[in-house]
Amino acid sequence: MKHLLSTRDLDRDTAVRILDIAEEMSRTADRAVRKLPTLRGKTVVNLFFEDSTRTRLSFESAAKRLSADVITFSAKGSSVSKGESLKDTAQTLEAMGADAIVVRHGVSGAAELLAHAGWIDATIVNAGDGTHEHPTQALLDAYTIRSRRFGDDARGRDLAGLRIVIVGDILHSRVARSNVWLLTALGAHVHLVAPRTLLPSGISTWPVTVHESLDDALDTGPDAVMMLRIQSERMHDAYFPSEREYAREWGLTAERATRLGPDTMVMHPGPMNRGLEISSVAADSPASTVLDQVSNGVFVRMAVLYLLVAGESQEES
Amino acid sequence: MVARPVLHGPDITRALRRIAHEVLESRRGEGRLVFLGIPTRGVALAARLQSIVDEIEPGTSSHGALDITLYRDDLARTPTRTPAPTRIPTEGIDDAIVVLVDDVLYSGRTIRAALDALADHGRPRAVRLAVLVDRGHRELPIRADFVGKNLPSSTSERVSVHLDEFDGVDEVVIEP
Repeated sequence: MKHLLSTRDLDRDTAVRILDIAEEMSRTADRAVRKLPTLRGKTVVNLFFEDSTRTRLSFESAAKRLSADVITFSAKGSSVSKGESLKDTAQTLEAMGADAIVVRHGVSGAAELLAHAGWIDATIVNAGDGTHEHPTQALLDAYTIRSRRFGDDARGRDLAGLRIVIVGDILHSRVARSNVWLLTALGAHVHLVAPRTLLPSGISTWPVTVHESLDDALDTGPDAVMMLRIQSERMHDAYFPSEREYAREWGLTAERATRLGPDTMVMHPGPMNRGLEISSVAADSPASTVLDQVSNGVFVRMAVLYLLVAGESQEES
Repeated sequence: MVARPVLHGPDITRALRRIAHEVLESRRGEGRLVFLGIPTRGVALAARLQSIVDEIEPGTSSHGALDITLYRDDLARTPTRTPAPTRIPTEGIDDAIVVLVDDVLYSGRTIRAALDALADHGRPRAVRLAVLVDRGHRELPIRADFVGKNLPSSTSERVSVHLDEFDGVDEVVIEP
């Protein structure tokens, strides 16, 4: 594997392998020294054309724990604002010795373009491209589900038979897309819940069950309920009548949270709009994995960087 | 050419018993012992050594696994491997006598990586090395404290350790 662009490229065994590596990475967190020498001498560039705090910090911290040199490049205040093209920016970074470029871009397909346009040789990791994909978020979600469900017995396992409900703005959500492909590859059943206006047009071809009512979806007894953020920055039309109505119909209210089964996880990729898609009661309950997701994000990104950057690009025999 | 066995099951058992006694003797009655096996087969050997030591002097030792994948010096030259689990006993390794256990000692590079990995887990009072087979051809200034069998070999030969836990049989074979 040379790049990580989409979870569609991951089969079950590759996905389980990434989660297994992430699990070993997580064990370094309890040690006397948390740093590994694995990527010493490699340079990882974070190329962020869109605002992001947690993903950028998470990748930065992952690369540093593996002893890579990290250069962070935010488009704001850079030569991009002077009109430099993606191609020129990428070639400049490679000329500075980048072994891997972690890219977040507002345009769907930007990571794919960098990987395959022939401009540069560096490894590309997609950290979110438009409304297309956010593969490391899906990997950390899968990792969180697996470790909550199986604990110390997680290694080597997939998510066969688990029921995952994803709720909210499916239309604009790269997190939802990446999760649908990955969770399905891992054997889980994915249920999507959204107002009709926030479902993409091609949804009938996706390997999912679609519900319009959140209560119907919760009645199926899910193992995890993943609430998506309402992305006001991508909401240029009236997709739902009002925030209050959205919260009532599709939000994980306190009342809905108390009806969940005792083992049902409550997930959110962050940042949360408390009171809109998720109530504080749900977000702060013991069922909530929100903070686990943040710490697991570092381990999963360490695993991805290790797998893509450390060795030759051929696979283990 | 066929694989030539050089150690059989009973030979391996005898070698491990002798090593266990040597380890205890060198401990001189002080300090707890932590046997850390290097995956894959070192882990099983560490468990066996520890169980023999525990029969002789109960309660003075524990065992675990120390994976070295992320510390290798040839990462950039080989296909990426999935790290095996590292399991450090809950008491930790600080001030303990750590006995690293591996099946075959060859270039010494694995042990170099293991020493680096160990330093990130704590500061043992001493580190010793026990191997079932020493086949020579060292590339680093490293030697074993406890050796099951010295096995002069050619670099073109392949020395394989088979253990009951993984292979259903205890034996060491040389393949051309």
